[in-house]
Amino acid sequence: MIRSPLPQTDYMTSGHVGCPGCGATVAMKFALRALGEKTMMVIPACCWAIIAGSHPQCSLKVPVLHTAFATAGATASGLRAALDMRGDTETVVVAWAGDGGTFDIGFQALSGAVERNEDFIYVCYDNEAYMNTGVQRSSSTPFGTRTTTTPGASWKQTRKKNIVEALAAHRIPYAATASIAYPEDMIQKFQRARILKGGSRFIHVFATCPTGWRVPTDQCIKIARLAVQTRVFPLYEVVDGVRYTLNHDAAPRPVRDYLSIQGRFNHLSDVDCDKIQTMVDEDWMLLKRKATPWPPLKPAYDP
Amino acid sequence: MKEVVEGSHAVSEAVRLARVQVMSAYPITPQTHIVEALSEYCAQGRMTGRFICVESEHSAMAAVIGAASGGARTFTATSSHGLALMHELLHWSSAARLPIVMAEVNRALGPGWNIWMDQTDSLAQRDTGWIQLYCEDGQEALDTTLLAFRLAESASLPVMVVLDAFFLSHTYEPVDIPDQTAVDRFLPPYRPKVHLDTREPFALSQMAPPGCYMEMRHDIQAGMRRVPDLYTAAENGFEEIFGRRYGMLEAYRCEDAEIILAMAGTAVSTSREVVDDLRDRGEKVGLLKIRMFRPFPTDLLRHSVSNAQKIAVLDRNFCFGLGGIFAQEIRAALYHGEWRPSVFSYISGMGGRDVTPEIIKEVYGLAKAADRPETESVWVGLDPATCPVCRTA
Repeated sequence: MIRSPLPQTDYMTSGHVGCPGCGATVAMKFALRALGEKTMMVIPACCWAIIAGSHPQCSLKVPVLHTAFATAGATASGLRAALDMRGDTETVVVAWAGDGGTFDIGFQALSGAVERNEDFIYVCYDNEAYMNTGVQRSSSTPFGTRTTTTPGASWKQTRKKNIVEALAAHRIPYAATASIAYPEDMIQKFQRARILKGGSRFIHVFATCPTGWRVPTDQCIKIARLAVQTRVFPLYEVVDGVRYTLNHDAAPRPVRDYLSIQGRFNHLSDVDCDKIQTMVDEDWMLLKRKATPWPPLKPAYDP
Repeated sequence: MKEVVEGSHAVSEAVRLARVQVMSAYPITPQTHIVEALSEYCAQGRMTGRFICVESEHSAMAAVIGAASGGARTFTATSSHGLALMHELLHWSSAARLPIVMAEVNRALGPGWNIWMDQTDSLAQRDTGWIQLYCEDGQEALDTTLLAFRLAESASLPVMVVLDAFFLSHTYEPVDIPDQTAVDRFLPPYRPKVHLDTREPFALSQMAPPGCYMEMRHDIQAGMRRVPDLYTAAENGFEEIFGRRYGMLEAYRCEDAEIILAMAGTAVSTSREVVDDLRDRGEKVGLLKIRMFRPFPTDLLRHSVSNAQKIAVLDRNFCFGLGGIFAQEIRAALYHGEWRPSVFSYISGMGGRDVTPEIIKEVYGLAKAADRPETESVWVGLDPATCPVCRTA
């Protein structure tokens, strides 16, 4: 028998209404195992606003504050302030938002909160479209995707917004990508974020959505793994916005392996796939460059 | 201790004395002096609360919603477009039964850009479930802010304390600023009925399907219905310690009045003088000060106008396609009353235009001369040279 050294206590119950094969529920399971019971979740409108339960039931065993769509960053800031004023510095406040509430309608509040270096963990579980409202495109939707608002020949022609880079530009103390297919890496990152109190921490979690991506419901983890293996979704960390660490750097698989098995991409031609391969290669090269050993910054004067 | 302060600072002193724990705001003229003072108190150590400088008003309301849910006493302030930007969260905070207190400085909505006095901004939020209290002067602004915390926390509903832009916010007056011990007696520390706690996890503000949503809304109205009694109890406590009370409405010389002028805000101050002047000349006129607008004090209003023939309402606001907002509400409240005076609707003093004694006298004269109210509100003081299509009564 293999005993996992990872935390085993769950703070999520079964019986929730997540779709079969939902990656977002796997993300929450691992996140809460890492974070523990002194956690408060701030959840804006997103799939998890529904999965967390409808009155009078809740599928999480930690306090949950549901909040309006655009507000996760701001509401979490206020909650943190209240806990501090009441003398509770142990509980961690976690904003748990989808890509809509992070990249788009929630971006302002997130950027504002990170610029203020608010003491919280902001988690974006990313299923790459507005899934809760029926698969409409977001700025997190990758180049090449068909959604209900980028249908047919109007599939999305613009790149996925790079949220980690945007926050690195804020000099956020800690930002990282994580994948439900790499649970040890993911749990360690949440544990790291939990310990790094005092400033903003951001974790971008890849969360497969079989419903919106038009894939069989038993392919959730496999697709998440392929996203990392093809370098579509690299695993890395950024400390203070400048020190990059690559967590996974193996010989890559071609992006076609990832694109060809998803219904949301099956309209793409060979030329389109080549273009995507070029974009992935270029992004990887940029990332590698940032991850080369960083010389310590010399102060402008000697104090 | 009496100090000469501007209306904004009467509010900020009250917030300091109330020992607010979490504040969050975004600057907008003419609210800025309130929040600047609060930031300064925190920097000086005169307040121990946290002030979160957010990046928009929508985020300011979201932050205090988060803080109130965490069990803290909270405050924010805004005006005009800032209030409008908060709109969805005004609905949210009242339905979440959070005792947030907000100072709202009545300022015109654009376009065109106008930073001056106008009531449309706060009245446009009348459906959001917030208690609304309108202030006439600096003392009232300070006292109402203190009352607001006690009322909000006993009613579990948010309270908006409304001040006229510039005429109140930036006007200096002698104000009695109470000492901390007295305020602590009136306002003990906030004891939330419900707040998030890891020792007893639950979810707040989650999905409410058709089977329970209506009942939740009914509960909120049940809460609103308790407000007049809770307000009176709060004023009783306030009067005991500070020797002042205001009421939900104030009827000034209305007992034998044939015509009653009705309005809210600093125009009430001016109207007191006009009413005294008219009374000296034998006119049977009274003044009704609207202070509590939500919940609307229907019974008290009907009682206050019991002998008058006419109510002349001055609205410094407008609802396009309908008319002056206080007039509509007063008319609706009187409809099923035993005694139904005619309600005359006058519009003036919008976008910073001053309401002078002459304007109030003109309103009185128009109401006296007219047999019945016009279907539409009557605009007073329009300048035909500025606006060719304007029509005066």
